[in-house]
Amino acid sequence: MAVLELTNISKHFGAIQAVNDVSLSIEPGQVVGLMGDNGAGKSTLVKMIAGNFHASHGIMRMDGKELILNKPAEARQHGIEIVHQDLALCNNLTAAANVYLGRELRRGVGPFRILDYAAMYKRAGQLFAELKSETRPRDLVKQMSGGQRQAVAIARTMLSQAKIVLMDEPTAAISVRQVAEVLNLIRHLRDQGIAVVLISHRMPDVFDVADRVIVMRRGRKVADKTIASSSPEEVTGLITGAIEQVS
Amino acid sequence: MAVTLDQTIAQKQHSFLSRLFSTQTFWVVIAVILACIFLSFATDAFATSKNLYNITRNITFVAIIALGMTFVIITGGIDLSVGSVLCLSSMVLAVTMHAGYSIEIGILASIATALAIGAFNGILIAYLGFPPFVVTLGMLSIARSLAMVASNNTVVFQFGPDHDKLLALGGGAWVFGIANPVLYMILLALITGFILRWTKFGRHIFAIGGNEHAATLTGVPVKQIKVAVYMISALSAGIAGIIQTGWLGAVTTNLGTGMELQVIAATVIGGANLAGGVGTAFGAIVGAALIEVIRNSLGLLGINAFWQGVFIGGAILLAVLFDRIRNFRRSD
Repeated sequence: MAVLELTNISKHFGAIQAVNDVSLSIEPGQVVGLMGDNGAGKSTLVKMIAGNFHASHGIMRMDGKELILNKPAEARQHGIEIVHQDLALCNNLTAAANVYLGRELRRGVGPFRILDYAAMYKRAGQLFAELKSETRPRDLVKQMSGGQRQAVAIARTMLSQAKIVLMDEPTAAISVRQVAEVLNLIRHLRDQGIAVVLISHRMPDVFDVADRVIVMRRGRKVADKTIASSSPEEVTGLITGAIEQVS
Repeated sequence: MAVTLDQTIAQKQHSFLSRLFSTQTFWVVIAVILACIFLSFATDAFATSKNLYNITRNITFVAIIALGMTFVIITGGIDLSVGSVLCLSSMVLAVTMHAGYSIEIGILASIATALAIGAFNGILIAYLGFPPFVVTLGMLSIARSLAMVASNNTVVFQFGPDHDKLLALGGGAWVFGIANPVLYMILLALITGFILRWTKFGRHIFAIGGNEHAATLTGVPVKQIKVAVYMISALSAGIAGIIQTGWLGAVTTNLGTGMELQVIAATVIGGANLAGGVGTAFGAIVGAALIEVIRNSLGLLGINAFWQGVFIGGAILLAVLFDRIRNFRRSD
């Protein structure tokens, strides 16, 4: 069964139709590349899944049940995690503190509860080890490389039992070696049965790691096919509009 | 020998000492200690119990507010209204007690006033998006004016039936001959330090100062926390006002004039960063201590008091200079 299913989702801001009648479904353990030019509606679509926006029309279902999200925290409760384009990290805090930001572990009784530093360092260390990333939980994020910062942001999504991880341009501003690291992190999430939506401009990354590619143009879904049955040339044509639509 | 991934992850990169040496607060502590040693030899009057009693007590009023200000500055904000809030809280206490109410009711009214002002500042800043500088600058003017209205711009020095209790509260020395205000300061510093290091609230304050956008995205209740920090800052000014009223035994409407700048100076000297994300309770106390030691020593060394501003201003610049030098080295 699909972990996430969107049926006839539309979103307009006043007269602007940002997303127009989009339906799609995502299976567990699947990596879906979401592509499209600037203004194609990718971010708006993702923001609806993340609970930032309400859809104007249409229904979202998770595991077959209707999903209504009023704010990002609710999306997280349903197992939808986001890695933001700017990673949303605090440079002045440690890696572990960033991983646990907003859901810190505490110990103690009732109102007398203090931060459980030891447990947070330990668990964050385990997550970095799982991700095969040389990231020390006690180091400040300000001293870290692009790949390590990605690892911190991704480790965040592994804290709870995420079902679907949305990644917004994770490879946009990092070095070639670090891109390989990030793609490995994505495969790692997939192997755990987590569905990953990879929003990207970079054709090689999508064709390297994704199982399926969805292309959007001017608010509409113009393609949804397996990577094996598509090609970078076709996708480029779909993004620019040289190819109108494929089914 | 190959180093495994687990070993790398478990490694602590910085020892306790290297971390200690890299903090601005540590070097300010050294400066305070050196100044004290120098003054004990250079003057006869410095290391007397009376002078030390004076110094420690004088530190407290600035230090207590600096503790509250530390919360605000860590979030990347600023509170210019604390001097006026101190005056207004003192005046509310004085007027209430003068009218014949008990000390408990006076303190309650005074604290409530401070919290209300803090909440007002915080709501304007967090929910309506006003710049903290502007809101608190406005409040600096409003609160002092209200203090004048409350007292009709007179000096209040009679505090009704609980007059003596109030004077004992602020002017006494109940434990080991340490001035009461110093005890309050130590207690408040411990509470502040605890909140900043060990609570979720403290962690979120640092997160907001580091990257407010990230804090919002990860579900930190940024707006509520911002209101809370301005309330804490105003509360600290209110507490300092109550203690100072008891110590002085009189309240005038120019109490605490210009104090906001001393308080901000103390937090900055102590290592807080006005850009947000950095600050400690201990730093606030140490910063206040350095300012007071400078001021005290100028008097004892027979240097004209007009030079005070130069030395205190110099200390601010020097403290921040150390920070800059460290950052230059890091960016190389």
